[in-house]
Amino acid sequence: MPKFTRPRALADTETHYCPGCTHGIIHRVIAEVIDEMGAQGETVGICPVGCSVLAYDYFNCDMIEASHGRSPAVATGVKRARPDRLVFTYQGDGDLAAIGIAEIIHAAARGENITAIFVNNTTYGMTGGQMAPTTLPGQVTQTSPYGRNTATDGFPLRICEIMAQIDGVALAERVAVIDPKSVSTAKKAVRKGFEFQKNKQGFSIIEVLSTCPTNWGLTPLKSIERLKNDMLPYYPTGVYREGAAR
Amino acid sequence: MERSLMKGNEALAEAAIRAGCAHYFGYPITPQNEITAYMSKRLPKVGGVFIQAESEIGAINMVYGCAATGTRCMTSSSSPGISLKTEGISYLAGADLPCVIVNVQRGGPGLGSIQPSQADYWQATRALGHGDLRIPVFAPSTVQEMADMTGKAFDLADEYRTPVMILADGLLGQMMEPVSFPEEKAPAARGEKAWAANGHGNARPKNIVNSLYLQPEKLEQNIKERFVRYGEIEKKYADAVSDNADGADIIVAAYGSTARIARSAADMARAAGIKTGTFRPLTLYPFPEKALREACASAKKVLVTEMSMGQMVDDVKLALECKLPVEFFGRTGGFVPAPSEIFEKIKSMTEV
Amino acid sequence: MKWVLNFERCKGCALCTGACPKKILVIQEERINANGYYTARCVDADACVGCALCAVMCPDCAIEITD
Repeated sequence: MPKFTRPRALADTETHYCPGCTHGIIHRVIAEVIDEMGAQGETVGICPVGCSVLAYDYFNCDMIEASHGRSPAVATGVKRARPDRLVFTYQGDGDLAAIGIAEIIHAAARGENITAIFVNNTTYGMTGGQMAPTTLPGQVTQTSPYGRNTATDGFPLRICEIMAQIDGVALAERVAVIDPKSVSTAKKAVRKGFEFQKNKQGFSIIEVLSTCPTNWGLTPLKSIERLKNDMLPYYPTGVYREGAAR
Repeated sequence: MERSLMKGNEALAEAAIRAGCAHYFGYPITPQNEITAYMSKRLPKVGGVFIQAESEIGAINMVYGCAATGTRCMTSSSSPGISLKTEGISYLAGADLPCVIVNVQRGGPGLGSIQPSQADYWQATRALGHGDLRIPVFAPSTVQEMADMTGKAFDLADEYRTPVMILADGLLGQMMEPVSFPEEKAPAARGEKAWAANGHGNARPKNIVNSLYLQPEKLEQNIKERFVRYGEIEKKYADAVSDNADGADIIVAAYGSTARIARSAADMARAAGIKTGTFRPLTLYPFPEKALREACASAKKVLVTEMSMGQMVDDVKLALECKLPVEFFGRTGGFVPAPSEIFEKIKSMTEV
Repeated sequence: MKWVLNFERCKGCALCTGACPKKILVIQEERINANGYYTARCVDADACVGCALCAVMCPDCAIEITD
């Protein structure tokens, strides 16, 4: 039976994430892939503004704090200066799909050899649970107190499907981290993204459906149910684009 | 030293490359487009990287990432574009990242005009981003200075780990003058900066490039340490040039291209028997206060002239501690003042 | 096969209890850790087969499976 221990690329420290928040699982999965690729020394991670703003303390590789939404541009600057480095961004849905959507689309359009880990929990977590571009119709948030009304608040953005239309993209895959099986699929996706990057075959984005027990007002286990019942129908997991962009 | 006839914008870009800047991130905006175009032509030929970003915001954040790896890099824009970059500039200052940011000023506010202007003085010296920060600002007034100050800006940026601005204007950017360049400095060795986040190679502790400090003790200490460096910059880099100041009754203070026009006006005034000297700051931050006081030793009045409604005039009053009457004459909206207009103003200041 | 919990690191989120195929993980309510959380507990160590599914679902890397 496999022993199970903390990956070396994951710092041995307490995180500030709420109990049951699946950010922690996603962090570990990334760190496991970095360990398996022996890439800890050549990896540079870019963390955003949002719940994962402190992620620079949680990865044992060089880390850079980006301003809200701009990680893909920062990652571009890093990768173009040091093409031999493994560069990933770690972004929430407010960061990537709202303020930073121009940056992510153009990093993809340029086919930057970077990997974006996009954590979609349908809300702005750090600031207390506001409506995000990915908030579902009818979902109650701090800024859609009567439930997101598509007549006035518009419709959620399906980022993977959008990114799949861009030729610079080698991988656009949506995964979830709701049970061991989906966690292992998520890990394979991250590994694929990093491999495309290492082979200079273009931009990769892995959208990871994630929970936010605190702002959803649900227990961690009930949050998993909510993700399955409400989010999966709107955001089906799967590969939306895969194949070397160049 | 071979000389070539070049536009100010292109001379600046060439000087940056020769200063070892092989990474440039830009976005189209008049009147600085020649910088972007020149970089797109030259950098690929020297193994450098040119990216036209999705916006000025994208560009400044690419500079942030590139600078974080310890690599010399630059961006350029004009007034509205600089406004878009100010959040990024604040982050660059807060994360102690060296880089060069060029503003080829145009008329403002708003969409303003594409004609020359100096109306971004306050922005450049006071408001390049939120928080306690200062950004060193060089003010060229010739095509040669567009080149020389670029090299100096990169050295200052690296020496004190800070973004540095070159504040030019559309006149300087578009005019052609002979210029010569120092020999090319090899692109600064990559990644030799110990603080850089470019992969620890399992050979050193990890580096974090960051400006977030949630604990007040840490942020205050971080800021205070940076202000010690600003103090050193003020002692070492404040610079100015003055002419005919000894025994002058009136000193005309101006920077950038307006300073050249002010010099002609001062010549006309002296020809008319008015003892007139000129003062030109080469750096706007740090503002050369001591040099100004020395230049005004014998002056009875000071005239400040700018292509704006008057912004540097405040710094002149501050430097002189309001001990001398300071008057202002300027044209704005994209107008370049004529020497005669400034001369008329000088004359009016002598009438009792 | 040994299920080892980092008592101080556990936040009592219970995701491990949902993942355990043997249903031998619970959230105990006798002792809180320094952060004030009731933590996970294995009620039948012998029944543990070391599959580590609990550890896979733990957001805080608080569970180790050692041989």
